[in-house]
Amino acid sequence: MKLETLTGWRRRLRAREISSRELTELYLGRIARLDAQLNSFITVTDELALAAADAADERLGRGEETPLLGLPVAQKDIFCTEGVRTSCGSRMLDPFVAPYDATVVARMKAAGAVMLGKTNMDEFAMGSSNETSFYGPVCNPWDPDRVPGGSSGGSAAAVAARLVPAATGTDTGGSIRQPAAFCGITGLKPTYGRVSRYGMIAFASSLDQGGPMAATAEDCALMLNAMAGFDPRDSTSVERRAEDFSADLERDLKGLRIGLPREFFGEGLDPEMRAAIETALAVLKDRGAILVDINLPNSGLSVPAYYVVAPAECSSNLARYDGVRFGHRCADPLDLQDLYTRSRAEGFGAEVKRRIMIGTYVLSAGYYDAYYLKAQKVRRLIADDFRRAFTEVDVIAGPTTPELPFRLGEKSADPVKMYLSDIYTIAVNLAGLPGLSMPAGTIGNLPVGLQLIGNYFDEARLLNVAHQFQQDTDWHARMPAAFV
Amino acid sequence: MSLDSDAVRRIAHLARLAVDDREAEGFASALSDIFEFVETLEGADIAGVEPMAHPLDAEQRLRPDAVTETDQRDRFQQSAPSAEGGLYLVPRVIE
Repeated sequence: MKLETLTGWRRRLRAREISSRELTELYLGRIARLDAQLNSFITVTDELALAAADAADERLGRGEETPLLGLPVAQKDIFCTEGVRTSCGSRMLDPFVAPYDATVVARMKAAGAVMLGKTNMDEFAMGSSNETSFYGPVCNPWDPDRVPGGSSGGSAAAVAARLVPAATGTDTGGSIRQPAAFCGITGLKPTYGRVSRYGMIAFASSLDQGGPMAATAEDCALMLNAMAGFDPRDSTSVERRAEDFSADLERDLKGLRIGLPREFFGEGLDPEMRAAIETALAVLKDRGAILVDINLPNSGLSVPAYYVVAPAECSSNLARYDGVRFGHRCADPLDLQDLYTRSRAEGFGAEVKRRIMIGTYVLSAGYYDAYYLKAQKVRRLIADDFRRAFTEVDVIAGPTTPELPFRLGEKSADPVKMYLSDIYTIAVNLAGLPGLSMPAGTIGNLPVGLQLIGNYFDEARLLNVAHQFQQDTDWHARMPAAFV
Repeated sequence: MSLDSDAVRRIAHLARLAVDDREAEGFASALSDIFEFVETLEGADIAGVEPMAHPLDAEQRLRPDAVTETDQRDRFQQSAPSAEGGLYLVPRVIE
């Protein structure tokens, strides 16, 4: 059977050409048959999925129409799911069965989605390659020797291999966009505050944002309609009236001003990558967009600023893992101090420990001004660059990553090298803006991602531009050969 | 900036992480590399710039001071490694 997009399956479900049970069995079958090659799922929830599919079929039979009714999806294992293990890719939470649903999960359930399982990820979302997961690395479906990106690497690989039509991700420094680029799918990080963080395990609270990952922009719009919305349980959730992110997809691009930051096309960008991005930009130009050079002069400071702000918030957030209330506890603790230090040492992997220690140090007495306060000031410089740019252009475009998916193990011994793989995505998180990555070409057999950055709350515009691009290109429809 | 193993042990203590001597050396070298990288911030011109804590400079929203949650202690304590009679159990703290 032809593997449709999320939107395509929605049409066929409503036309009663296929039942949700048949669709769910189709994808569960693909996971069972193919995921051994990828390791993209940590937990597969077959029985819950089939029960949800049957319930969806009943509702479809009654003529009900909720946005995701009967559609199979996967949740990144950072979202709490009631009664289902929620590990966050860590040994620390390996025994943790969440007692409640994250708002995103609850909203998607209410929209009728059928959850197939929980996807693999870098431990506590700290990584750019999915290699820090306690459950082992994920392979890139286009080349099993290469990483899928991270931290939402499981979601990206699963969607790319069509083990599920769509999945959720979270993006603190590029964790939706970079794996979307590496795996050749479409992923959107919404404006900070759009999607509730309630029940989304916290890494860096002023940067974390959940969003959709799917084959197409149209599918991402459908997902975001279900995921976004004000939530009184998230203190940073933005109060805005509901928006239909699918409404503007067909708008033409005539006169749209697209800014190309010189800093994103300079030294450090793979020349073949640059050529692929320029070819993709020409497609947008043919649709009537106007390409304008712009500057984001402080963007070079974004990665170092991030590696102060994010670890500081991480060290505070991860203080909750104490071996007392939930999660891993060491055997035979001698005293309370031993209980804390050994449970945490055993429960966390090396990258998480590094970040906790960086954060602890930059927040410690005497160093706060030199690191944290300075980074928060640099953060404003970076946000101001974007503010200025958006007085001249409607959208900003450039590469999502400086290079193609790298090999497993290639950067794992050198943290700074790994951090620099997010050089084009991190500034967007510091500013709190929406950003999207879409497949825009291939080099050899490997996908290239084009990033679109929008002004605050301009997700509909990003999805519109990506959808128009996807009318004239078929990169989003290509599948890795091993998974056809 | 360069950190030695002693500095790592002090930070690890503040962060409640047990590290052995061999690990402390590995962390010292990795953290030194990371701090050296972070120090590129030294060059930033931040005179007169207000620190930014929230992307939208939003203010803290307050809710009415009303009870909205029900008691779910037993359910939540099922996640605890060790709990009894509504209490979390830890090694003896007071002799």
